[in-house]
Amino acid sequence: MSSNVITVPVGQIEARPWVDELHQWLTTVDHKRLGILYIVSALLFLVIGGVEALIIRVQLMHSHNNFVSPEVFNRMFTMHGTTMIFFVAMPVLFGFANYLVPLMIGARDMAFPRLNAFSFWLSFLGGLLLYFSFLGGSGLYGAGNAPDVGWWSYAPLGARAFSPGHSSDYWTLALLVSGFGSIGTAINIIATILCLRCPGMKLNRMPLLAWLNLVMAGMVLLAITPLSAAQIMLLIDRYLGGHFFDTQAGGSAVLWMHFFWIFGHPEVYILIIPCFAFMSEIIPVFSRKPIFGYPVMVAATVCIAFVSLSVWAHHMFTIGMSSYANSFFTLTTMVIAVPTGIKIFNWIGTMWGGKIQFKTAMLFSIAFLFQFLIAGLTGVMMACSPFDWQLSLSYFVVAHFHYVIVGGILFALFGAFYYWYPKMTGRMLSERLGRWHFWLFLIGFHLTFDVMHIPGILGMPRRIYTYEPGRGWDTLNLIVSIGAFIQAIAILVFVANLIISYFKGAEAGNDPWDAWTLEWSVSSPPPAYNFATVPTVSSRRPLWDLKHPEDPDSRYE
Amino acid sequence: MKSSLECGWQIALLLFWSASPLWAAEPGGSTGQGTSIFSPASTPAKSIADVSVFVLVITGIIFLVVFALLLYSVVRFRGRATDGGREPAQVYGSMQIELAWTIIPILIVVVLFLATARVIHAVQDAPEPAGALDVIAIGHQYWWEFRYPKLGIVTANELHIPVSDPDHPTPTFLQLLSVDTDHSFWVPELAGKTDLIPNHPNRMWMDPQRTGVFMGQCAQYCGTQHAKMLLRVSVERADDFGAWVHAQQKPAVEDAGAIAGRQVFEHNACMNCHAVGGTPADGRFGPDLTHLMSRATIAAGAAENTHDNLRLWIQNPSAIKPGSLMPAMQLSDADLDAVVSYMETLH
Repeated sequence: MSSNVITVPVGQIEARPWVDELHQWLTTVDHKRLGILYIVSALLFLVIGGVEALIIRVQLMHSHNNFVSPEVFNRMFTMHGTTMIFFVAMPVLFGFANYLVPLMIGARDMAFPRLNAFSFWLSFLGGLLLYFSFLGGSGLYGAGNAPDVGWWSYAPLGARAFSPGHSSDYWTLALLVSGFGSIGTAINIIATILCLRCPGMKLNRMPLLAWLNLVMAGMVLLAITPLSAAQIMLLIDRYLGGHFFDTQAGGSAVLWMHFFWIFGHPEVYILIIPCFAFMSEIIPVFSRKPIFGYPVMVAATVCIAFVSLSVWAHHMFTIGMSSYANSFFTLTTMVIAVPTGIKIFNWIGTMWGGKIQFKTAMLFSIAFLFQFLIAGLTGVMMACSPFDWQLSLSYFVVAHFHYVIVGGILFALFGAFYYWYPKMTGRMLSERLGRWHFWLFLIGFHLTFDVMHIPGILGMPRRIYTYEPGRGWDTLNLIVSIGAFIQAIAILVFVANLIISYFKGAEAGNDPWDAWTLEWSVSSPPPAYNFATVPTVSSRRPLWDLKHPEDPDSRYE
Repeated sequence: MKSSLECGWQIALLLFWSASPLWAAEPGGSTGQGTSIFSPASTPAKSIADVSVFVLVITGIIFLVVFALLLYSVVRFRGRATDGGREPAQVYGSMQIELAWTIIPILIVVVLFLATARVIHAVQDAPEPAGALDVIAIGHQYWWEFRYPKLGIVTANELHIPVSDPDHPTPTFLQLLSVDTDHSFWVPELAGKTDLIPNHPNRMWMDPQRTGVFMGQCAQYCGTQHAKMLLRVSVERADDFGAWVHAQQKPAVEDAGAIAGRQVFEHNACMNCHAVGGTPADGRFGPDLTHLMSRATIAAGAAENTHDNLRLWIQNPSAIKPGSLMPAMQLSDADLDAVVSYMETLH
């Protein structure tokens, strides 16, 4: 035995296997484990944000309710919005991108594995900072409180004069820190897709999921940077005597709005484009046909990305812009409906002539198409700026963007969970529980968000902790609240399904859906190195070519 | 005209929300306290409602067509047990079809945009006629200050304006200011909302064509009590409005019987924030109280202007409006009663 060999008593390691396992998860740089960490942390925050939503809904069940004080209510809607956008939707989508992109382009990991881990832990730290405000929000001199300035923290409400203490600082720092994480992940996704594709995978052979995540990552770079800049300016205002947004000293409240929405609107597409990506993988497989109009789908996505950078001020139709500015943003916003419509038509074109299998993932996808159609059309209504002068800041808007975020993004995500969970865990999710989850959530969703449009039309503004009786809003709000609880039950069914199936689900095998992209060619879950030998592809559907050597896709490309 | 418009929006919504008939049972129209955007009583609100119904109908038709396509393909192309595991024909796309569903939506967008731009211009760029009434609306946390610069009137929370005859229009033009955070002036039946932003004066107008009290409230989140920053607009016949103006222009009533209350008011911090015309009290942080009793509500519409509410409000504002910036003055019962009696003389 030479002197530089260290002998470790074997029993000591085996006595603490969970410590080892925990250590591996905390220090991992494997894109698959990081993807799962993103997803699990997002699910955690989803439950927290959901509880906040339920508190809001109980308070609004009838007029003059006293379930919570106005202060608590204002914190709840601020935390609900911030949590759901920054610590649920973005991380869960980054998680899927992290997990799937390398597998689908035949790579063994992301381009920068350690940057990847760094980005995840930054994002997670951001979430912890936000929630630490409940303890430290008032600083040393009092009990804590969470930020209560709304998720867009309009100036000058976020200034120290109107938001004393540190609650707004936790909000600012949370967004700043997690924003750096998002930028790191975006750089990583772009580098991975541009540099690590396997032999034969030309850009026009990439799965649409990779294409759409590439576009999404580019938008993150363009959208998160102005948000981070604005947060730094706000910190300068609050602590270094700056006057960017300080209206008492000649600063501009409107400047903050521009900064926030030049981030805020592309953000919507940052969230929805990865969901388009899920749809573009799931719908073809369960329709048993290739995606209809692949090049057009790519072009439409790039087009959406460009146009989405010129629509932000449609969030500001009521702030008194000139009639020319209002007309311009009306036009750009309406124009974006065209490429979005093209996508919906292409998904229907994919199903047309297929043999549709109604697995749970496909049920969620069909519901996505239906709801995203409605969300898009209410979006066109609000693009019409005069209509928006009435609808903006009302419950109609709240219903509209929940139609996008829940009816669109969350339904697509559920589809993605049912579709890729077998790959991630090696076990199938229960179809029986899946159907309960789907129908309960569908009923709850429509009860809540269909009905929620109407109080907006009847003049109910958003962000009010209570309302006057006799306006015709009571019954509607009660129905909305009941629907919220049905959705909560559906989420419990989903979580139960995730846990039960992890232990008792049927073995998935490599390729449970008879699918066509590279991730289904490896074992479930895939080994740390993904591919024993790096694959070579000659078409967009390498596994189709393998399964149908008599009629390969490569013949038509 | 009003009923046909309401019919229009209900039909359009029915088209659109064919899946949820729930709302149909709700009263859609203006019944005293209505705030529906589809029962307009003024030109801007009317133009908006008209273009809105147009957009609703177009989007409703698009919805029906696409939904029918989706439903058809889901039902018609469902997998069947008899398929025997054979794959369907693999179709990769079609340029002609792609072109069709690109060009048709572009044409629809052009139509929608032109219809919208017309209304934007008509509402936003309307010139102010000579007979118009000027009002400055100032947003405060959490109440409204209304100043009539040409008439020398200052009041709060309840805006009084004359009805406007379409043949001889007497519209009201509001200049919108804010002293603290962002607010938004929204009375759905009279006009779309416009924000009140510090350092960013805005303008809006309305020409109500029927009399009555129109309800609204602050629509832009402005802080703790955003919810109880209510707004009412009293639209009056020309002679009623003239009488109101005349009454408001007088200084405060001097009632010898309320001298004790007046002393309490002027020897406490009340007068730092509130003004009473013709007395040393000239504070501007809170509402002007010169003609307090001419208002139907207190605390920006949070409570009716009754003896008990007034007393409770002065004793403990948080009981009516937690988070309001008016402090509880810790007055003794005797002082409290005196100051309430004084308030009740301010007709």
